[in-house]
Amino acid sequence: MLQQFLDSLIADGVFGGLPRDIVYLIGMAAAGALVVFGFVLNVAGVTTFVERRVWARIQSRVGPNRVGPQGILQWLADGIKLLMKEEVIPFAADARLFKLAPFIVTIGFIAAFVAMPFSSVLIVADLNLGILYITAMTSLVVVGIMVAGWASNNKWSLIGGIRAAAQIVSYEIPAALSIFTVILVTGTLSMQGIIQQQGWGPWDWFIFHSPFTFVGFFITFISLLAEGNRTPFDLPEAESELVAGFVTEYSGARYLFFFLVEWGNLYVISAILVTLFLGGWQAPPIPVISDSAVGRNVLEFLTFFLKSYFGVVLMMWIRATLPRTRVDQLMTTCWKYLLPIAFFNFMGTALWVLVFPEGFRFAEILLTAVGFGLLGYFAYRVAFHLRRSGAQITLSPLS
Amino acid sequence: MDATEIFERLRAQFSDKIVSVDAEAVDPSAVVEGDAIVDVCKFLRDTEDLRCNVLTNQTGVDYKEDGYIEVVYHLYSYTHRHYAILKVRTPRDQGTIPSVESVWKAANWLEREIYDLLGVRFSSHSDLRRILMPEDWVGHPLRKDFVEPTEYHGISTTRESLLR
Amino acid sequence: MSVAGFEVEVDRGSGLETEEMTLNMGPQHPSTHGVLRFVVKADGEVMRRAVPDIGYLHRSIEKISEKVGYHGFMPYTDRVDYVAAMFCNQGWGMVTEKLAGIEVPKRGEYCRVIAAELNRISSHLLAVGTMILDIGAITPFFHAFREREKINDLLEELCGARLTYNYMRVGGVAWDLPPGYEEKVLAFLNQLEPMLDEHYDLVSENTLFRGRAASVATISAETAISYNLVGPNLRASGVRYDVRRDEPYSVYPELEFDVPVGTGMAGEVGDSFDRYYLRVQEIRESVKILRQCFQQIPDGPVVAKVPRKLKPPAGDAQIRVESARGDMSWYAVSDGSEFPYRCKVRTGSFAAMSIIEEISQGLMLADLVTVIASLDIVAPEVDR
Repeated sequence: MLQQFLDSLIADGVFGGLPRDIVYLIGMAAAGALVVFGFVLNVAGVTTFVERRVWARIQSRVGPNRVGPQGILQWLADGIKLLMKEEVIPFAADARLFKLAPFIVTIGFIAAFVAMPFSSVLIVADLNLGILYITAMTSLVVVGIMVAGWASNNKWSLIGGIRAAAQIVSYEIPAALSIFTVILVTGTLSMQGIIQQQGWGPWDWFIFHSPFTFVGFFITFISLLAEGNRTPFDLPEAESELVAGFVTEYSGARYLFFFLVEWGNLYVISAILVTLFLGGWQAPPIPVISDSAVGRNVLEFLTFFLKSYFGVVLMMWIRATLPRTRVDQLMTTCWKYLLPIAFFNFMGTALWVLVFPEGFRFAEILLTAVGFGLLGYFAYRVAFHLRRSGAQITLSPLS
Repeated sequence: MDATEIFERLRAQFSDKIVSVDAEAVDPSAVVEGDAIVDVCKFLRDTEDLRCNVLTNQTGVDYKEDGYIEVVYHLYSYTHRHYAILKVRTPRDQGTIPSVESVWKAANWLEREIYDLLGVRFSSHSDLRRILMPEDWVGHPLRKDFVEPTEYHGISTTRESLLR
Repeated sequence: MSVAGFEVEVDRGSGLETEEMTLNMGPQHPSTHGVLRFVVKADGEVMRRAVPDIGYLHRSIEKISEKVGYHGFMPYTDRVDYVAAMFCNQGWGMVTEKLAGIEVPKRGEYCRVIAAELNRISSHLLAVGTMILDIGAITPFFHAFREREKINDLLEELCGARLTYNYMRVGGVAWDLPPGYEEKVLAFLNQLEPMLDEHYDLVSENTLFRGRAASVATISAETAISYNLVGPNLRASGVRYDVRRDEPYSVYPELEFDVPVGTGMAGEVGDSFDRYYLRVQEIRESVKILRQCFQQIPDGPVVAKVPRKLKPPAGDAQIRVESARGDMSWYAVSDGSEFPYRCKVRTGSFAAMSIIEEISQGLMLADLVTVIASLDIVAPEVDR
């Protein structure tokens, strides 16, 4: 789409005699900047604010509510504060690597947005190996974390860095295997291709495609949580054990980058899950809006964004609830449980695709019912606990 | 078993090693010769009907006028619910007492604290170092003749009054 | 190279040998609950040795007692253990009363028990909350602190302070219960109990939490007694001993309560989970005690007539108080003057701290945090 747009501009002579490739480069840089500044930074920033408010609600507190109406600008204030702070580089640190590490992490994070399908046309580049590219790019984060841990010349940072490396590399395997269950069904790696094969209704989503993808969704979710260093797998920066893990020695703007990546990654993780299993941007057709291209795209974007953000809030909720695992338990979970199950799933899906090349409608409906049944049981338990504790619920997000 | 009976048993077992017994005090206690304290403690811990299996407290008191430091052992029996209080007297300068660490592990740190704050040495203690004060501190603060140094590594220990 | 008194070998081998790493945990570290320091020799994530180094919070409270007199020392005892200051107040009051032969009026004793049990709940809430926080869950910590805040309010109404109470006096307590206090405390207790149920479901039943705490740093009854481990830590190892029940003081003989012991419900008897869960059970027992106190409290004075210049006869005395961190043993010597000749307090955390070196061998690095939290070590109590 971008290419057609640029081609039309060249045909109009806007760029004068510039070579075609350079125009494409400029166009991509502009689109990239638009995505990064217009979306990525804002989402990551607002997510920090949302997380603090969600936590506050869960923990019977008020949360930040001073900067701007209801504290909505808190994340901007935090960011500005961190940017203006002095950057301390420890005397014994490897200064070059120390300075470099946050940028490696940030590149790994931002590059993932290139293949992120926000709607049927809103995508920077619909790479034909999209999901593989995103998996590879998010893994780049671990390099940055290891560099940060090593270069800080602090034993706590080093342990954090090594933990991160072991954890992310291990969990990459079940994650990849579970992602491949979806690839087996679709036969394409392209993010748009994967979404286009799903529908707007839950029964058309890949999570309910077969029992194997159903299990695969949870494995992917757990593995991606671990890759994103989120509770219960936040060992690399376990604040009660390792002070702050690999970010112990960082301050100011560089710390801000780590911060940004951590919260931004939440969105990336959710977006991957939504794309693969939860129908991506597939929105139900609404008569008037869906007729125009712009209306349809806005609808699709909103669908995708809300689905992803639901995942983000879910991860916040998990973080506020669960304690942290220990490093040996973390490895046991991965190698002894997740990996065999993921492998079994992989084989099972291959078999399923062989037997039901067009999918099996009955299983899809049944799994959808099971999924919603689980949600219903969950709601029932929540209601029970609320009744027993006699807690007072404030539904309004305002303090 | 009450305290007098326990001390009777001790007198029968160790005769001259028990210097004196104060049965009339608020908490009855017995003064024991320093070199016999480990045997007395082992006897109290291992005898079936005494079974003082825990050292609840061990501390020292500096009696400057009388010229000795008294180390007090508070023993207690979880089995029989009775106390036995032993006291050992040692000279103020270069006083040494056998360590009861081999009887109760709790004595390790308690004796380190007594050494640190009162300057009583414990022979055959596994790790007799200062515990609360810095390693290079001069003097033993809980002694009655302790004079606080005016500075420690260039840090003044006195503070000017704000009400000058 | 020497670190905290023991030699560290640095061997730069040529092959693929691994070295032990010396980690310095503290004095400033998020999970040391005050100013503590551990020198940890670790082989990767496995600890070979963790040596506690204490003394960073030594405020020479025992020396101060020799200068300020029997009444004047009471506010200082608050600082021995600022998380459970009532017990220190009570301990000093009791040892002085024993020395001087003072009888506390019945109502005064009940006031003491009410204040102390409220304080025990608040201290256990802190212990339980921070243990969960150290293991990585944040919300239960806030829930525990929300309840603790209510106790702070109640105690503030009682004595004007939220942390360092200075409520008790030699011979009784400073003030009678304020009007309407019973209703307020009972209202608090009524809403605390469902919160404990919720807490049980949220934390004690949590698989991840059990995985972190069960069978970690198990202490056998023999080891616990040898190290003179006291209070909840001792009971978690299966020794049913509570000073309140077995060496009764104050009005505890008139009150009915159970003494829970560790059962190994998630792993082994005496593991970190037992120590944690025992505190939760003790909160329920304290609730029971408080309810009985308000039913039984008689009318009358709250403080005995005690001379302003108290001169107990020469002699020494020791008493034991069941503090939130277990048997707190106070020993005082009087020379007949108005100043104590010597005062010594042996606290629960001191013993708990000395056992860490033994039980931490071979644990994971992350478990050290669990161990410190499960033993409920409060740094000022160790150093005094």
